[in-house]
Amino acid sequence: MTEEIIIAGFGGQGVLSMGKILAYSGVMEDKEVLWMPSYGPEQRGGTANVTVIVSDERISSPIISKFDTAIVLNQQSLDKFEKSVKPGGMLIYDPNGITHEPTRRDINIYKIPATEKATEKGIAKVFNMIVLGGFLKLKPIVGSEFIHKGLEKSLPARHHNLIPQNEEAIELGKTLIEPVFTL
Amino acid sequence: MANLDIVKPENLVYQKSKVLTDAVMHYCPGCGHGTAHRIIAEVIEELGIQDKTIGVSPVGCSVMAYNYFDVDFQEAAHGRAPAVATAIKRLNPDRYVFTYQGDGDLAAIGTAETIHACNRGENITMVFINNAIYGMTGGQMAPTTLLGMKTATTPYGRDQKLNGWPFQVTELLAQLPGTYYVTRQSVHTPANVRKAKAALKKAFENQKLQKGVSFVEIVSSCNSGWKMTPVQANKWMEENMFPQYPLGDIKVDGELVKK
Amino acid sequence: MAKELKLMKGNEAIARAMIASGTDGYFGYPITPQSEVMETLMAEKPWETTGMVVLQAESELASINMVYGGAATGKKVATSSSSPGISLMAEGLTYLAGAEIPCVVMNAMRGGPGLGTIQPAQSDYFQSTKGGGHGDYQLYVMAPSSVQEMYDFVFDAWDIAFKYRNPVLILTDGAIGQCMEKCYTRDYVPRWTEEERRAKAPWGTWGKPATRPHNIITSLELDSARQEVFNQKLQKKYAQMKEEDVRFEMLGCEDADYIFVAYGTSARICMKSMQLAREKGLKVGLLRPITLYPFPTKQVAELAKRVKGMLCVEMSAGQMIEDVKLAAECKIPIEHYGRFGGIIPTPEEVLEAMENKIIK
Repeated sequence: MTEEIIIAGFGGQGVLSMGKILAYSGVMEDKEVLWMPSYGPEQRGGTANVTVIVSDERISSPIISKFDTAIVLNQQSLDKFEKSVKPGGMLIYDPNGITHEPTRRDINIYKIPATEKATEKGIAKVFNMIVLGGFLKLKPIVGSEFIHKGLEKSLPARHHNLIPQNEEAIELGKTLIEPVFTL
Repeated sequence: MANLDIVKPENLVYQKSKVLTDAVMHYCPGCGHGTAHRIIAEVIEELGIQDKTIGVSPVGCSVMAYNYFDVDFQEAAHGRAPAVATAIKRLNPDRYVFTYQGDGDLAAIGTAETIHACNRGENITMVFINNAIYGMTGGQMAPTTLLGMKTATTPYGRDQKLNGWPFQVTELLAQLPGTYYVTRQSVHTPANVRKAKAALKKAFENQKLQKGVSFVEIVSSCNSGWKMTPVQANKWMEENMFPQYPLGDIKVDGELVKK
Repeated sequence: MAKELKLMKGNEAIARAMIASGTDGYFGYPITPQSEVMETLMAEKPWETTGMVVLQAESELASINMVYGGAATGKKVATSSSSPGISLMAEGLTYLAGAEIPCVVMNAMRGGPGLGTIQPAQSDYFQSTKGGGHGDYQLYVMAPSSVQEMYDFVFDAWDIAFKYRNPVLILTDGAIGQCMEKCYTRDYVPRWTEEERRAKAPWGTWGKPATRPHNIITSLELDSARQEVFNQKLQKKYAQMKEEDVRFEMLGCEDADYIFVAYGTSARICMKSMQLAREKGLKVGLLRPITLYPFPTKQVAELAKRVKGMLCVEMSAGQMIEDVKLAAECKIPIEHYGRFGGIIPTPEEVLEAMENKIIK
């Protein structure tokens, strides 16, 4: 199994930490992982994206142009990465602020209204975990016990009291994800 | 035979410090380096720290100072001695570390290293030989060259409009909280040699206090570069250098000396 | 600290490995994309645990000269920087090589020339392996291609640095420095005791006891005849490196018709291109030089006898290819493919280049 994922959105949406938690969960399950952010001026206020690869084998290129899954959290990222999904792959997006819907018909497309739900419930801080939950519902590439360990490892000890809230958000995400187009 | 007859302890009036090697110094007759080396060696010997002292030499006439001191010595790239000494001291805090630099090395190419070592308050001794000229490369202008002074690169005299002013680096360093002792001395008369030696001794002893840099400038002559006899050079130094670079303590025990 | 499995950035791995490998001192200056090295060290406060000294210098000029000073006392002293900073360090590196001082330096390469970009590049190959500073000297140059290698190579670098009394350069780039992968950390190697330092570095300027002459660390020798003898000694040392300490990795070379030659990040990209090639039925292998100096010349020469062509893939305008061509002695077609200025090629375009330039 090798899953190549791009997660992209605005800086501040928790894109990098979502990738990190997924990667750390993979480490806990003794898989090979890679987390590769875009860095530099791009980080400052603009879009942020991170490539996450989880695999049973040695990971080759840290830089890839085609992904099994693209998780996009704003219009810019959708425009940029829709075309980067491998045929038969998966695109997940948050419909908040999206004016042009994805158009491809050779990939599976899902949406998750995470922004709306997080705002409604006042849990904006764990917005990214809602999205992660949606992804894991469709592709359970890491077991939930390892997600728990991944959270423990990637959150600083002073934030460990927030782990249950993160896990609840992941569970919530699993109930929110819905198909837009499937092959 | 006659010579050997008088070699007896009771006849001894002077001997060179054991901290100096037997190597013959390459300095020009009349140069201040030899005397400065001698009194530093005497201070190291008197303090009993030969086995704990590490020297750092510059690029300039004193580049090969390591041949003359019988202590462990490192030769730094041009201007970098304070950075080199910083790490030696930080990694070996029980050692006595000193730099020995000329004006071009300390106050031109190495200005940043000098200022930052002083500003960090490294517990080292810095010896600064200021003869207002680049001796080794053939007598070019130094940052401390006096206005109107002729050098190979200021053949009509140093012009402030073209070359700026003589750099009062020692006064500048005294302003930094990281310097604990800052003084300006000379070695051109026996009385001045004694004063300079006392200053150097204090500067080395200060390393025990761990209160920052002890900085000893020695205003020196360069009769070769200045194109004078040694005697003329000393006189010229008194008349021209000392008004620009007045002798005396500038900062003692962390306090600026009031004039 | 005991062995552990962690997810960490390449830059963080370098810092943690420095602490764990008994490094005595680190002197650095911030520059993207490797500032996490010093940031990690400052956060870890190793001076409270292992006694390691960490200092932020006023410039790369100062930091490399601090390495020169500290390492001359026989201690294990390191620094890290990125391309423009390494250019400033060139002076210190030639002094370190000229005075035969062991030390470890990491360069996370970014696009140049000049201030360039902050994105990954491999355009400092010439600077790293052919000089950079003045004089006939060589650094021992290691090119990690994963976070685990970033960590492990620091330990190896100390062994090599002291074996040869020579600076070791860990040559990486922003991609390996910034990405996170899993990394097995090691048991701490204690810092050398005073007795160990004296035994390992009898040449060091740690204070002259009555029992030996004074030690002098210098690269100055005004007598040309003696300087030539010294240079011959250096060359002998470099020849020994070529004989004993060349490192490389070969993947899929046994049955290969065509070979990628690439190091660091480019090698990782080529691994993927190789997989894509094999899926198409093309027998493509990868030779990954791990040491760039000494270069795996023999391995290239042997492959050149039995493969049909090689593609050198570098994030540069083509630098390593000169060493590959020299090794292969024009026996087979060898071409370069590269992106530069901070652009990383994709596995697909690399395969396409192999097909267009070599396989045809």
